Amino acid sequence: MPKPKIDAKLLESVARNSRISLTEGESRKFLKEMQEILDAFSKIDEVNVEKTRPSFQPVELKNVMRDDAAKKCLTQEEALSNTKHREKGYFRGPRVV
Amino acid sequence: MNAIEFVQKAQNAEISVVEHTHKILEEIKKKNPAYNHFNLIAEDFAIKQAEELEKQIRQNPEKAKSLKLLGLPVSVKDCICVKGIESRSGSKILSGYKPVFDATVVAKAKEQGAIILGKTSQDEFGFGSFGTNTGIDFKKPKNPHDVSRACGGSSAGAGGFTALTEFSHIALGESTGGSIACPASFCGVVGLTPTYGRVSRYGLIDYANSLDKIGTIAKSTKEAALLLQIISGNDEKDATSLKNPAENYIENLSSPLKGMKIAVIREFFGKGIDSGASKACWSALKAAEKTLGVKYEEVSLPLNAKYAIPAYYLIAMAEASTNLAKYCGMRYGMEEELKGNFDEYFTSVRSKFFGEEAKRRIILGTFTRMAGFRDAYYLRAMKLRTLLIEEYAKLFKKFDLIVHPTMPVVAPKFDDIEKLTPLENYMMDICTMPANLAGLPHASIPVGKSRNMPVGLMLTASHLQEARLIRAANAIEGACG
Repeated sequence: MPKPKIDAKLLESVARNSRISLTEGESRKFLKEMQEILDAFSKIDEVNVEKTRPSFQPVELKNVMRDDAAKKCLTQEEALSNTKHREKGYFRGPRVV
Repeated sequence: MNAIEFVQKAQNAEISVVEHTHKILEEIKKKNPAYNHFNLIAEDFAIKQAEELEKQIRQNPEKAKSLKLLGLPVSVKDCICVKGIESRSGSKILSGYKPVFDATVVAKAKEQGAIILGKTSQDEFGFGSFGTNTGIDFKKPKNPHDVSRACGGSSAGAGGFTALTEFSHIALGESTGGSIACPASFCGVVGLTPTYGRVSRYGLIDYANSLDKIGTIAKSTKEAALLLQIISGNDEKDATSLKNPAENYIENLSSPLKGMKIAVIREFFGKGIDSGASKACWSALKAAEKTLGVKYEEVSLPLNAKYAIPAYYLIAMAEASTNLAKYCGMRYGMEEELKGNFDEYFTSVRSKFFGEEAKRRIILGTFTRMAGFRDAYYLRAMKLRTLLIEEYAKLFKKFDLIVHPTMPVVAPKFDDIEKLTPLENYMMDICTMPANLAGLPHASIPVGKSRNMPVGLMLTASHLQEARLIRAANAIEGACG
């Protein structure tokens, strides 16, 4: 599959998807580096993997389930203990729109 | 005194656990400003543990005698959660985060009487080969053999402090692509990385879920094995934790190696590898042949040598970019005043508090998962991983163990690291990456010096062959000594 050329517009769109705002300096630097890195990594195209199954884990794992029983979990106080943005036992977040 | 002798003496009440804890804490406080091996020294926490243990020893000496790590100081890599102790994974974005639970490995070590000293320094979220990609406001850990050089990453503080300390101690480290073996090699200590899934990842601040493995670093194989034994085994809190029980790593530690067949990987001894490092590794192999009766043969691992790095980085960055999506200034870690909509707020927090390499990997990983590119990069790398694992499996049909230098260079100087491009940085992982991508257990043991800096020999065994790996590492370490 042909690999894309990374331009400023594509980088900006990826950064936006990543919820990261790059400074001008970072953009310039990343643009050059990303192209170099992805070109080098495209070496994987040399290997025929058409009939190969992917290894999403390095060792074989079957469906891992535990008994469907209620267990102890974090208390509300514990879950909220690491934030100052809380109200009436809930997390407070930024507005949605 | 090594950790094994220390525990025996503590069990026989010949040593004061409190006194030893004070001594090692004094050493850390004195030396850390120059070496930066700790991101956090948990002084009060450690002393309290020691005092409680000593009380237990007085009240119930029989129970105390059964604790396998009684009073032993253990340092914990910053990415492994310790209840009530700030755990940042080397990143500013996790500043202030105090976990409300222990990682399973920490809970297991504590149950056996270990004393948690604090959190050791690392590349931010494990994103680095030298320990120099530290997060915003973190200091770079320095190599105890030469402070102008790096410790190796990403378990940099763990490797550095293990080499530096004069006291009994074992470190908990973590490896995604070589982050235990590399600092062990650069700092002249032993690093043990288990099979993927052998040790629970519950409570590990993740980098790449299909690659992360918690392991140990110590001055000797025996000591590293002592802690690895404690933390190994199934854990229902980690769905990728393997069901079968761990072997006993200590029981047959001294069984002879005679007749063991070792594959020497040709590609990792040639071009691009420090000649002094190659020489030290060859001397170790010849000593092992002569004194231990092992047999070795030079073989090739061509697919891994060529493709493990790109496959690894494509997988690791893709997984990292999803893992790091949760850091957004809500629930824990760095927060700001809630201004703007969620998009603006999350973007502001993430842009301010992630370091440069974290941003680079998030962006690259997000790109390789985007619609239209996912099959070309991420899925293809996952398929390639199958072929790379199969290449190892073929070798393990004929050989018991695979060896090569751990790193292509000795610990580099900070000035030289700064000149490397990100891609050149990634290429430094050429020797450690293949075994990590395949989830194979491996050890790095010190086998000599080059340019006056330590050289590590890396030994890799087949999946779940930790006992064999540890036996060989222990014997070869002895043959070199």
